[in-house]
Amino acid sequence: MLWGSPQRRRGHPKRIEALHGLGGESKRRRCAINEIWEGIKQAALLLWHLDPEVMHIVAVSLRVSGTALLLSAAIGIPLGAWLGFSRFVGRRLVVALLYTGMGLPPVVVGLFVYLLLSQSGPLGSLNAAWIPRLFTVGAMVVAQVIISFPLVAGFTMAAVKGVDPSLRQQLISLGATEWQATLAVLREARFGVIVSVIAGFGSIISEVGAVMLVGGNIEGSTRVLTTAIVLETRRGNFSLAIALALILLSLSFLSNILMLRLQGKTA
Amino acid sequence: MSDWVYMGEGLRVTYGRRTVLRVDELTVRAGNLLGIVGPSGAGKSTLLRVLALLEPPTEGVLYFGGSSEPVRWPPPLDVRRRVTMVFQRPLLLSDSVFRNVAYGLRARGSDNVRPRVEQALEMVGLAHMAHAAAHTLSGGELQRVALARALVLEPDVLLLDEPTANLDPYNVSVIEEALKRLRHHNHTTIVLVTHNVFQARRLADRVMFLLDGECVEAADAETFFESPKDPRTRAFVRGEMVY
Ligand SMILES: Nc1ncnc2c1ncn2[C@@H]1O[C@H](COP(=O)(O)OP(=O)(O)OP(=O)(O)O)[C@@H](O)[C@H]1O
Ligand SMILES: [Mg+2]
Repeated sequence: MLWGSPQRRRGHPKRIEALHGLGGESKRRRCAINEIWEGIKQAALLLWHLDPEVMHIVAVSLRVSGTALLLSAAIGIPLGAWLGFSRFVGRRLVVALLYTGMGLPPVVVGLFVYLLLSQSGPLGSLNAAWIPRLFTVGAMVVAQVIISFPLVAGFTMAAVKGVDPSLRQQLISLGATEWQATLAVLREARFGVIVSVIAGFGSIISEVGAVMLVGGNIEGSTRVLTTAIVLETRRGNFSLAIALALILLSLSFLSNILMLRLQGKTA
Repeated sequence: MSDWVYMGEGLRVTYGRRTVLRVDELTVRAGNLLGIVGPSGAGKSTLLRVLALLEPPTEGVLYFGGSSEPVRWPPPLDVRRRVTMVFQRPLLLSDSVFRNVAYGLRARGSDNVRPRVEQALEMVGLAHMAHAAAHTLSGGELQRVALARALVLEPDVLLLDEPTANLDPYNVSVIEEALKRLRHHNHTTIVLVTHNVFQARRLADRVMFLLDGECVEAADAETFFESPKDPRTRAFVRGEMVY
């Protein structure tokens, strides 16, 4: 077949683990194209056999970003809806802050969360049970929420503002309560709201700076797709790096396809 | 029940620096049909939004439904649910016709939704379109769904902003007959904004002429059309330019 010999394909997990080392050997070879090709072949094997190390890294990534995304949606959708509906003094300032939040460099967020949560930091020194410690999954979730909730809120606000404001008044006049009218307008903007959540996901699943800083890339606990790619590339473990990169690419690709389809529906 | 539904004194609506509505006195009697006519931009829709209790007047007091207390802002839900306004531009939810018409009933948690929706669609001649998606409707169909959505609620007061603007003569008469029935059988109070003086003449008990935000004349339909006091009213009724 396309990749490796039949024995390799049939090889049990232990054998596959042994393959991780191959990238190291090939480092000595000077031909980069060969190296990449070899890496892709090995990566395909790792994926085909659902290599436990790879699967664990994927699971941590999805768990961290999934949790962060749920929290971001819980904060960002109501915030965006509120900013889309209401008019109050200082709204422009809040919106300007939100736009700044949408463009925050993730590594700066990482630094900020690091300082907050470190032992001597304002939150870390409290030693409270509900404050996540540095170099844990919890700290990574905090950083990712800060990165993604402004995106969710910003896109939700745009979606809500795109709905004709008279519709809300019309529904109120049909006897809807404020709350019912709000829900109906959110429902009208539903594709835009879903797009906001997917955009939030895209921003954190592929983010490396913040999770590296606050997670520490600890094997078996805080190692995620992006930080593992950085590490394995440095180590010369190209097969593993490429396997992880392919998974990351597929995740981004799938979420973007979903986003495009939904955007097509709003138009 | 008292014999008036609205009483307004010194009503002003100002947007930014522009006062777009100045109505010193307004009375709408229960069970009557008040026609509001006037050129484009006269403030008709603005007045209707105030009567719908959607917007507070910038100045002045408004009494509603025989209450001796002026309307509080925001008005309590049970008060504002007695009035339903159909907007000039029909705005439907991106959903089926049926669900659009059912919206107000469901918001109130009413029962017997299906037969009531079907009956309302029947009234506007759209019984066959219950399952069509709102975005597939023609302009006139949209307008009739928007009307059915209000009729189904059987409100005490119905405020209609140009409800027949996009309709052919046959459907205009269907709607006009429906309005006449509502008034005679349900004693619904109706305020009808229309550009069409002939429609006002066919339907209204009382007519009010708005010009540039001001009430030029308000009178019983017969007086309004046969012997208006103001020369501008006379000109408008004859279809001449008034400013
Ligand atoms: N929200 C608003 N902000 C600012 N100006 C407004 C607003 N709503 C209405 N106006 C202005 O108030 C004036 C009266 O508007 P209104 O919609 O009441 O007119 P109308 O008599 O209903 O006109 P038409 O027959 O064209 O519907 C218009 O000049 C309009 O530009
Ligand atoms: Mg108007």
